[in-house]
Amino acid sequence: MLRRLHAEQPESFAFTPANQAWAERQIAKFPEGRQASAIIPLLWRAQEQEGWLSRAAIEHVAAMLDLAYIRALEVATFYFMFQLQPVGSAAHVQVCGTTSCMICGAEDLIAVCKRKIAEFPHKVSEDGKFSWEEVECLGACSNAPMVQIGKDYYEDLTVERLAEIIDEFAEGKDPVPGPQNGRFASEPVSGLTSLDVREGERQRHNASVHLAVTLGDTVKRIDGN
Amino acid sequence: MSEPRRLIIDDTEIEVDSDLTIIQACEQAGIEIPRFCYHERLSIAGNCRMCLVEVVGGPPKPAASCAMQVRDLRPGPEGQPPIVRTNSPMVKEAREGVMEFLLINHPLDCPICDQGGECDLQDQAMAYGVEFSRFREPKRAVQDLDLGPLVGTAMTRCISCTRCVRFITEVAGVPELGQTGRGEDAEITSYLGRMLDSELQGNIVDLCPVGALTSKPYAFTARPWELTRTESVDVMDALGSNIRVDAKGREVMRILPRNHDGVNEEWLSDRSRYAWDGLRRQRLDKPYLRRKGNLVPVEWAEALSAVARALEEKGKVAGLVGDLAPVEAVFALKELLEGQGGVVECRTEGADLPPDNRSAYVGTARIEDIESAEAIMLIGTNPRAEAPVLNARIRKAWTRGSRIGLVGEAADLTYDYAHLGTGHDALNKLFDMDPGHAHGKETVVIIGMGALAGSGGAHALRDAMRYAEATESKFLVLHTAASRVGALDVGAAVDGGVNAALEGASVVFSLGADEVDVPEGSTVIYQGSHGDRGAHRADIILPAAAWTEENGLFVNTEGRPQLAMKAGFPPGDAKENWAILRALSAELGAPLPYDTLAGLRQRLIQKVPKLERIDQVPENAWQVVQAGDKEGEMQKEFGSAVVDHFLVNPVLRASPLMGDLQARARARTTGKLAAE
Amino acid sequence: MLEDKDRIFTNLYGMHDQTLAGAKARGHWDGTAALIEKGRGWAVEQVKESGLRGRGGAGFPTGLKWSFMPKESDGRPSYLVVNADESEPGTCKDREIMRHDPHTLIEGCLIAGFAMGAHACYIYIRGEYVRERETLQSAIDECYDAGLLGKDAAGSGWDFDLYLHHGAGAYICGEETALLESLEGKKGMPRMKPPFPAGAGLYGCPTTVNNVESIAVVPTILRRGADWFAGFGRPNNTGTKLFAISGHVNAPCVVEEAMSISFAELIERHCGGIRGGWDNLKAVIPGGSSVPCLPGKLMQEECIMDFDWLREQKSGLGTAAVIVMDQSTDIVKAIWRLSKFYKHESCGQCTPCREGTGWMMRVMDRLVTGEAEVEEIDMLLDVSTQVEGHTICALGDAAAWPIQGLIRHFRDEIEDRIKAARTGSVSAVAAE
Repeated sequence: MLRRLHAEQPESFAFTPANQAWAERQIAKFPEGRQASAIIPLLWRAQEQEGWLSRAAIEHVAAMLDLAYIRALEVATFYFMFQLQPVGSAAHVQVCGTTSCMICGAEDLIAVCKRKIAEFPHKVSEDGKFSWEEVECLGACSNAPMVQIGKDYYEDLTVERLAEIIDEFAEGKDPVPGPQNGRFASEPVSGLTSLDVREGERQRHNASVHLAVTLGDTVKRIDGN
Repeated sequence: MSEPRRLIIDDTEIEVDSDLTIIQACEQAGIEIPRFCYHERLSIAGNCRMCLVEVVGGPPKPAASCAMQVRDLRPGPEGQPPIVRTNSPMVKEAREGVMEFLLINHPLDCPICDQGGECDLQDQAMAYGVEFSRFREPKRAVQDLDLGPLVGTAMTRCISCTRCVRFITEVAGVPELGQTGRGEDAEITSYLGRMLDSELQGNIVDLCPVGALTSKPYAFTARPWELTRTESVDVMDALGSNIRVDAKGREVMRILPRNHDGVNEEWLSDRSRYAWDGLRRQRLDKPYLRRKGNLVPVEWAEALSAVARALEEKGKVAGLVGDLAPVEAVFALKELLEGQGGVVECRTEGADLPPDNRSAYVGTARIEDIESAEAIMLIGTNPRAEAPVLNARIRKAWTRGSRIGLVGEAADLTYDYAHLGTGHDALNKLFDMDPGHAHGKETVVIIGMGALAGSGGAHALRDAMRYAEATESKFLVLHTAASRVGALDVGAAVDGGVNAALEGASVVFSLGADEVDVPEGSTVIYQGSHGDRGAHRADIILPAAAWTEENGLFVNTEGRPQLAMKAGFPPGDAKENWAILRALSAELGAPLPYDTLAGLRQRLIQKVPKLERIDQVPENAWQVVQAGDKEGEMQKEFGSAVVDHFLVNPVLRASPLMGDLQARARARTTGKLAAE
Repeated sequence: MLEDKDRIFTNLYGMHDQTLAGAKARGHWDGTAALIEKGRGWAVEQVKESGLRGRGGAGFPTGLKWSFMPKESDGRPSYLVVNADESEPGTCKDREIMRHDPHTLIEGCLIAGFAMGAHACYIYIRGEYVRERETLQSAIDECYDAGLLGKDAAGSGWDFDLYLHHGAGAYICGEETALLESLEGKKGMPRMKPPFPAGAGLYGCPTTVNNVESIAVVPTILRRGADWFAGFGRPNNTGTKLFAISGHVNAPCVVEEAMSISFAELIERHCGGIRGGWDNLKAVIPGGSSVPCLPGKLMQEECIMDFDWLREQKSGLGTAAVIVMDQSTDIVKAIWRLSKFYKHESCGQCTPCREGTGWMMRVMDRLVTGEAEVEEIDMLLDVSTQVEGHTICALGDAAAWPIQGLIRHFRDEIEDRIKAARTGSVSAVAAE
């Protein structure tokens, strides 16, 4: 896919004070003179703040890291998690389409997105709330098929459940992520075959779901507050 | 340290430096390895995969010979030399495969491609390709870029070798090009469609192994096999870059660099490369005489007798040597005018350089010394504007860890330097700095016309030489004019410099001296190629050949004599410079003692033996200059010798392209200032 | 079969307390300082003796890799970099370690870092694993607070800093030198080797890049002894291993088992069998998308899930990501999807991969629909061998192998489809 910057661009970009401080801490993780290492986290935070990555944000980050703009543009266009065009205001649905998910029904999930959101990927729905794309393997293959929305994975999906989840986001809710078929994590759905756990000691959610439920920031813009 | 290693390449056993890559070792063994991305003056990318060779006993797959060093080859079980094969079935198969991949998405538009006939891909496809295509899918198309007036693009032809990106980033030092996206959609591009600013950008056209980057001014004007090639040297700065002049008929169609490790490596600055544009315009193709205030064309005989009359009037005659004059013409002018009791002066920028001390007007450093220097001190010079290719050499030293200092006007030189001040005070303070880091190491002091021109020049020269002596540095005077060192070598200088020469002169004979103001009241004879400032002020114009139109000797800024060769004839009635002067001497009844250029050179070499050894840099005996006691004349701020880098001489000023480039450069500077 | 007492990842599913307290209760961080006290050489030797082979796909002996690191510093620091860019289709094992058993990894980093003379370690986690990153980061923070990282880490006398860094969506960053490029803030384009990272890696300094699982098993190996670990699996294929089973089994899962377990046992014991029964099994990709698929019957009857057996079948254990496909699967399309993946993920640096992955995918496009000539099957095979072995990194090989596996085992199916498409189109023309 050709990766170009969006035709309409905002005038400027600045990190919120909290994100600015966060960015400076990222830079400090790396040895003196190696601040360029922080480019991916910084671009990512810029995207988390604005929803997508604008030219102004790329240039702002390049300047922070003392990098030529072209070097920052290379990075922004190389890594596909950077959204170079606006995404849906409520949620951007990333459907894993690679083989494990495909043979478990990912194409049906894509059909849901086409029907409920937009015919083509990266196109924002008419109400402005949603956009979608097919992405490559998200590394949750034992829980196929699955999608990523914001920070979270919705796993073991059915067509119906994905449609519901989209509707819930449209209503401003935060549907609980993780397996959607009653599984806890990646154990066999039919019951544990190893690592038995005594009732009462069992955690309520797996670690990913726990964070999502606790923080409630699945699709929240990260402004540092 | 590297040590020699033995290896066997295709049954030939050779011993090479173990630091060499296999591709270099193969070259030493006389075996040519095909390549696209590899370029010995750029970092190693290893991406084209054309140079794959078989390393016997290594992994069961071919290795990129551009990237693997000889030291990484493992010897045989009993210590036998490692074996490399460049012609085995494995290698043949690999090359055919890579060639096929390169061609599947490459358009078959060779008939309309400017690279046709000199295309690496075309040549190698003939050698390593097959004659049919198995590719049934649609070919990729890529959007073209507008990189400005010099480099044309046809990006669908791009094979992503990244030579252009590496050159612009590494050598030119301006990160303007990159490769965005990834996979088969990866695109070589400038930042969001910006045009290139680099003053060395033309080199990416040479580096591009296909027709993706082509020369815009040359576009569709000639095919390589129609061109007559002449090996020559450039005169747009004092570096003496080695060039090849390609002409069709009498017209110069393009200028390309030739490799010379000691001078320009294989780079050429844009103003040198595209100067041919100026050879076609504003040419003086007839003699002129000023009558009633107007210049009117006349025949040669009339012009020459007018000059003779002027010279015979027994007033003071001053000859001025312009920036583009070959040594032979300077020598002939000097003999001619001195025969008439006149004087000849070449230091038109006003630099007080002593013509009897070559260590002071040339120095002791060779251009190559810059590369290995661990510290370089720049005094009153902006090498990026004055000699862009030399600046790239300083940058190369810097990327290898050399430390650079500058006393003079601060500028973006494409590398970091310690800015130690702008004037003579700062030069004096250098002596207080701890030179400990430089002792016992190779260091170079480079002084430019920004420090040497003007009244304090002699003092600046003296102190810079003292500083070089104190730090045991080699010394280089960076000239801005191609003619200057040669003219000083023949002694075209008088005490007191250009002012003394012109003082009271009733006749001024200008040998293409356009960069100097001639006082009112004198009769001016202008011999040159272009209708520029000098011709406008002239009373008599003698039309002469430009540097591509006659054979001529030029001595570059490090003191290396080199020959410029005639690639075509001068326009109209214009004649070769030496021949005009010889004819004039006959007119004066005091014929110069040579009828041919060869004869002139013989006499020249008798007088100045060091010019005999072409392409040799003579050693100059070190002798720090004396300067007067007028300490008050020390310059507070060293100026800049070159203001408009693209318009430094009449040829360039005649070029609309250079005018365009200069306007763009100015707009960028003002844009930057406005933004600040 | 492996018993729970011999499982290293005792909280793989996150049902137990995953905090530092919980991890300690399960035996992690037990006597770490004492292990370090036994010295660098001892740790490397133990790992060598355990037979641990890299868990990231290539299976290079881990202890041997560590031993390439310089014993004495020449002034440059040494780095440990953990490859947590789990992106190989089918693979989802490291995710479970990082989110549910992070302390196995963190403790492993400290010990491995010590064993290779590194005072700093970067974990490079794929960008999509946001929650995993957050969980792992809070585990790292816990360790700093408890003195297990930082100055005199875990009271061992070894100073050790651990940084978590992430990518942003590029499979190629799982290639170790591309990962280093990415970590340096550049595009993830693989470097040429030599020099190998142990000579010049991150920032030009000696570096070892190891997979998450390879590092996370180390503390337990050292605690329980190399012999214990070497006791599982066949020689040269030792240890316990995380298997990730996806696709058409009744209960896909991630599970830790002994190496060299038979495929049949793995599926029967943990995955509830093949969907629709064993007769319904068509094909298996036994080690992640890069390894060639194998026919179901062979897998059912003979398969031993380890490096050597699968290699003998011209496939591989890879990351032990098992993709199971039943008879309902369009196998040509399943492999086409992988071709699309590799075309999407090619970095575009070197010619054979940049041009070849797109070409192969487009031919595969047509093989899926049958709009091709039968001769194109051999042409595709030939193109795949033209990519294989000619690229800078292994992505070219990885793109070639699935196609080679498909043609090796399912050529009939491709040919049938081409013939069907031809007769179909002929009859369509006739109908007009």
